[in-house]
Amino acid sequence: MKDMTDNGEGDAGPLIPRQRDMHPVPYDPDYKTSVPRSPKWPLLSMESTPSEETGPRFGHSLLGPLDNNLILNFSKDGSPAIGERILMHGRVLDENARPVPHTLVEIWQANAGGRYRHVKDNYLAPLDPNFGGCGRTITDAEGRYQFLTIRPGAYPWPNRANDWRPMHIHISVFGHSFGQRLITQMYFEGDPLIDRCPIAATIKNRSQLDRLVAPLDMARARPLDFLAYKFDIVLRGRRQTMFENRLEGM
Amino acid sequence: MVQPLDTLIETPSQTAGPYVHIGCIPTFAGVPGVYPQDLGLSPIAPGAKGQIITITGAVIDGTGWALRDAMIESWQPDAAGLFAGQDGADPAVSGFCRFAADKDSGLFTLTTVKPGPVPHRSGGVQAPHISLWVVARGINIGLSTRIYFEDEDNSADPLLARIEQRPRVDTLIAKKTGEGQYRFDIRLQGEDETVFLDI
Repeated sequence: MKDMTDNGEGDAGPLIPRQRDMHPVPYDPDYKTSVPRSPKWPLLSMESTPSEETGPRFGHSLLGPLDNNLILNFSKDGSPAIGERILMHGRVLDENARPVPHTLVEIWQANAGGRYRHVKDNYLAPLDPNFGGCGRTITDAEGRYQFLTIRPGAYPWPNRANDWRPMHIHISVFGHSFGQRLITQMYFEGDPLIDRCPIAATIKNRSQLDRLVAPLDMARARPLDFLAYKFDIVLRGRRQTMFENRLEGM
Repeated sequence: MVQPLDTLIETPSQTAGPYVHIGCIPTFAGVPGVYPQDLGLSPIAPGAKGQIITITGAVIDGTGWALRDAMIESWQPDAAGLFAGQDGADPAVSGFCRFAADKDSGLFTLTTVKPGPVPHRSGGVQAPHISLWVVARGINIGLSTRIYFEDEDNSADPLLARIEQRPRVDTLIAKKTGEGQYRFDIRLQGEDETVFLDI
């Protein structure tokens, strides 16, 4: 049997166990919705199996030419979305510091006024008729990705009496194994709302939260066109198998 | 001091939020036209070999309320236990599906082919199962679990065997409600909390 769980780098062992203390806590009373939605029993920890080590693969043929251009991909007549033009770019790596090539990255975000195009979002800020708020791309052979979009606005949300989300872009990444699946959020350097946000604060390790804050990257900004922000993403890695026996058919 | 390790730490998760559908299933979310169709509409194409089954359920919070905003992804092998891309795998089974709780009832539905057993690294065999990943507002890191089947032999499954409190095994087993029909509820908290996996 062809071992499609092998990533071609010899890392064909089980997934490296998750360091749960590097992630947000599931239960956080300051983020009220987490209270009834967080499991109370411990998770069942077990070494990964082919069910977690395999995963869906998506080819570059999935993509349309504007899929990673949120400024134009919802426009009906070619008019650009309203807002501050930005390039969001970075690399997807694994814990072994290897690039994760050819993997799907999806993003979604509010418009420049802080409003989502969603039936449940009735914030005062107007919808932009030319902004849908989603995009996707597939990393190249070195794990690089990029999106052209507008800077999302901050917005208030019902939690404590006056909570606001900092400017952020949601990111979904697949990797090559279902057990690598990750959804996170990118924040922007210098936003004073990050330190007031109870969702950001579910991450108790400060240096881990800092990793979600994208720096301004003037080297990738295009003069007279857009600013750039860099956001690298690290997915779980696979253990190397030099001293591990592998059974026939695995 | 010691040498620094050259491994990296995984990027921390954040909640998928209430608008995850815009990013993952935009047509469902009311943002049509960006992509030709939503990704993962079905894990099977016409002609998939094996028994076609439908699993219905809800994601239920600690108060007993079915979430209206949950999104679930499933991943599974074909009827022979082969995952897409493996030699001999059924080309009509992609194995990946995205589905959401209905915004009025909270019910989700997954129509797929019943998966076959999958080998385990230890040499044993895992009973037929579908892997799930659940995200929603209020879930800070996606929750992994599995659907097993009441009408399969689950007695030698290595994961189920690891569950010390035997009554909890039932939380991972879909109940047969008719020919090819199953019910599987995911309870985030409270009585009969589903076994979630760190795997």
